[in-house]
Amino acid sequence: MEHGASTTTRQAHYHVPQPMPWPIMGSFSLFCMALGSVILFNGASAGWTGIALGFMVLLYMMFRWFGDVIRESEGGKYGRWEDLSFRWGMSWFIFSEVMFFAGFFGALFWARVMSVPDLASLEHNTYLWPNFTSHWPSAGPGFEEKFSPMGAWGLPALNTVLLLSSGVTITLAHWGLIANQRGKLLFWQGMTILLGVLFLICQAVEYAHAYSDLNLKLTTGAYGTTFFMLTGFHGFHVTCGAIMLTVIWFRCLSGHFKPEHHFAFEGVAWYWHFVDVVWLGLFIFVYWL
Amino acid sequence: MSAVVDTHGHDGHGHDAHGGGYHGAGGIMRWVTTTNHKDIGTLYLWFSFIMFMTGGAMAMAIRLELFSPGIQFFNPDLFNQFTTMHGLIMLFGAIMPAFVGFANWQIPIMIGAPDMAFARLNNWSFWLLPFAATLLVMSFFTPGGAPGVGWTLYAPLTVQMGMGMDLTIFAVHLLGMSSILGSINIITTILNMRAPGMTMMRLPLFVWTWLITAYLLVAAMPVLAGAVTMTLTDRHFGTSFFNAAGGGDPVLYQHIFWFFGHPEVYIIALPAFGVVSQVLPAFSRKPLFGYASMVYATSAIAILSFIVWAHHMYTVGMPVQGQLFFMYATTLIAIPTGVKVFNWVATMWKGSLTFETPMLFAIGFLFLFTLGGFTGLMLSLVPIDIQLHDTYYVVAHFHYVMVAGALFAAFAGVYFWFPKWTGKMYDETLGQWHFWLTMIFFNMIFFVQHFLGLAGMPRRIPDYPLIFETWNKISSIGAFGFGLTQLLFLYIILKAIRSGEKAPQKPWEGADSLEWTHLPTPVPYHSFETPPVLK
Ligand code: HEM
Ligand SMILES: [Cu+2]
Repeated sequence: MEHGASTTTRQAHYHVPQPMPWPIMGSFSLFCMALGSVILFNGASAGWTGIALGFMVLLYMMFRWFGDVIRESEGGKYGRWEDLSFRWGMSWFIFSEVMFFAGFFGALFWARVMSVPDLASLEHNTYLWPNFTSHWPSAGPGFEEKFSPMGAWGLPALNTVLLLSSGVTITLAHWGLIANQRGKLLFWQGMTILLGVLFLICQAVEYAHAYSDLNLKLTTGAYGTTFFMLTGFHGFHVTCGAIMLTVIWFRCLSGHFKPEHHFAFEGVAWYWHFVDVVWLGLFIFVYWL
Repeated sequence: MSAVVDTHGHDGHGHDAHGGGYHGAGGIMRWVTTTNHKDIGTLYLWFSFIMFMTGGAMAMAIRLELFSPGIQFFNPDLFNQFTTMHGLIMLFGAIMPAFVGFANWQIPIMIGAPDMAFARLNNWSFWLLPFAATLLVMSFFTPGGAPGVGWTLYAPLTVQMGMGMDLTIFAVHLLGMSSILGSINIITTILNMRAPGMTMMRLPLFVWTWLITAYLLVAAMPVLAGAVTMTLTDRHFGTSFFNAAGGGDPVLYQHIFWFFGHPEVYIIALPAFGVVSQVLPAFSRKPLFGYASMVYATSAIAILSFIVWAHHMYTVGMPVQGQLFFMYATTLIAIPTGVKVFNWVATMWKGSLTFETPMLFAIGFLFLFTLGGFTGLMLSLVPIDIQLHDTYYVVAHFHYVMVAGALFAAFAGVYFWFPKWTGKMYDETLGQWHFWLTMIFFNMIFFVQHFLGLAGMPRRIPDYPLIFETWNKISSIGAFGFGLTQLLFLYIILKAIRSGEKAPQKPWEGADSLEWTHLPTPVPYHSFETPPVLK
């Protein structure tokens, strides 16, 4: 920890890696996906080609890049000094993700506190939408159809339990890793993945329910917008997290990590906790209050 | 116990800047795959220069159209596309990458680190940029052209644009990714890679300003990504973020955008402060006055920059309490900014000054940036801003801080460190010409825009009443002069690379950070593989 502080504790060698082609491959794949999406969104299904190509290149690139890193890690190239870099890096990456969600929470608060009440104000009632009253959930004054909001205490509450327990199981797995008990590690890590997948299944059921029974869609005004965008981005993050957990599970299975050296595990655990905390915010402000 | 860098284990202590000590792929693949902070810094700087020329060409087009009243060359739609792309390209393509280039070159050699903390990620941060720039420029060639909405990309206009808008949105995503990855790398490098003995309060100020800038970036860029994502879904998936009929609000976009946008102006300004804080002491032959207060002032500016965003929105219709809050918060920023300006002046006070090109640009910065700060203060006052908002006065204000501020500092930095990087001296006479021409033409373009703005000429409009003609002509002539002068800069750099005189170990007598005192000139390809010993 004391880098920059004293010469004696410092490892002499920081691993500066070799040149590699994966980063530019990543840029190329994102470029293809962006271009494909633009074409698709503007009505030409040919865009799928770009997206598919880009995605395949992205997958290949990730396999190779992560493969290299894992090989280096298992080859003992990363000491405490590099480890500390990874910790800083992951922390600030997660922070940037928090800020991304903050933007969308901001949109939710804005709709609830500012724009919906304002649209029901005297001015707007007089000139634009005479019958609109302020309430939440609301799909706004221009939205004609009836819809029902998503209740908090059915599936969403169950999902809260699922994610919170997965936060516990991953900690149990971590304890297993630290105590060098592989069986315990694999079991609890597996449980975490299972809980994550269950969460995603519940969310899919919930979405289907919203679309078919509640008439609640992405296009259902401010409520539908914030509901699906916030939970959707969160669900996407859970999906990524679950994939990361799975990769780690296989790495554990093939004997990677040591009790005192396993940042990849911890980084993924941090990420998982972050996803967990975002969910709590969602549960409170999107579903409950 | 030798601390060698892995791949280049055998030797790798060549003495010319490029080539020597390099053992990876050759030709273009070297640049594509490189993990060396110096290579990547060079890439950033050249990319930035190309974008500077591209954005500059658009500026010339804008000034050409505004040379005379009436519509001359471009239809209003194309004119709007030029202003939009000029702004986006200059900010995200020219200024920001230029300073990331400096960060790459300088931070490791200023703190005694072998390289950046994440060398491969560093490569990716750079190589996202050319792809993003391609998307941006491509938008001109799509049906409907590039978006003509202004660099601020305000809804609801953005929701109505053609597919060029989508390209721009994805370009902004890639640019944002690049910035976030880059700043995570910079934070980690500064916190974790310092040589033993290089304590935080011994860091050169350039490193400090970048540390704080990097924090601004990780906090602000994701918010911008969110804003353009909302635009994208409003455009194509029927969401109602910015649609009042659905209970959303176009003003929401402005809030989210400026929550990013104001910190963004400091993302651009702080590294410039850092460069100037290295250059002024070197040519005054005195240490920086008030080092600690500089660190605190920079942090204060950064923190305040997150609570002043709505000063860009005084005219949007907000409660007077809101206006008052944002007005007071904004004027507060003048205090730490003032601290910095006084410290710079005090650094020069009684110094034994010489006026080589870097110093000239730094002093130019000092005068003109301060002027831009003053006009900023004027704009921060609600009653005045209601008159001046969206006029040429605002254009004058931000060009004083961004061109005479950030760009001048970037020029100062290039002239200052060029000898260290390449081992060659630039032509001092030509450098001085570059400075004076830039200085004169800059003021010719932008000083008169204050008058235009005060007289009520709106920005982002291709036509104007006859009464504004004289000032506009002066401004346009200045612009063409400015543009040509930058070709002189290119010539100076190319000439120095090809046939510059050999630079001594320490060409600037007063420079005292690690790269000058502990490394040969030119800096070897791998430096500080063994950390320097600091007392
Ligand atoms: C003392 C410091 C500063 C103050 C008080 C200040 C204040 C302001 C205010 C109030 C506006 C809004 C004017 C309007 O739209 O009516 C503005 C615009 C702007 N400022 Fe500053 N500013 C300061 C420093 C800076 C710096 C350092 C930069 C960049 C390096 C900068 C870049 C900009 C830009 C780009 C705009 C125009 C945004 C747009 O509408 O496109 N400012 N400033
Ligand atoms: Cu601002």
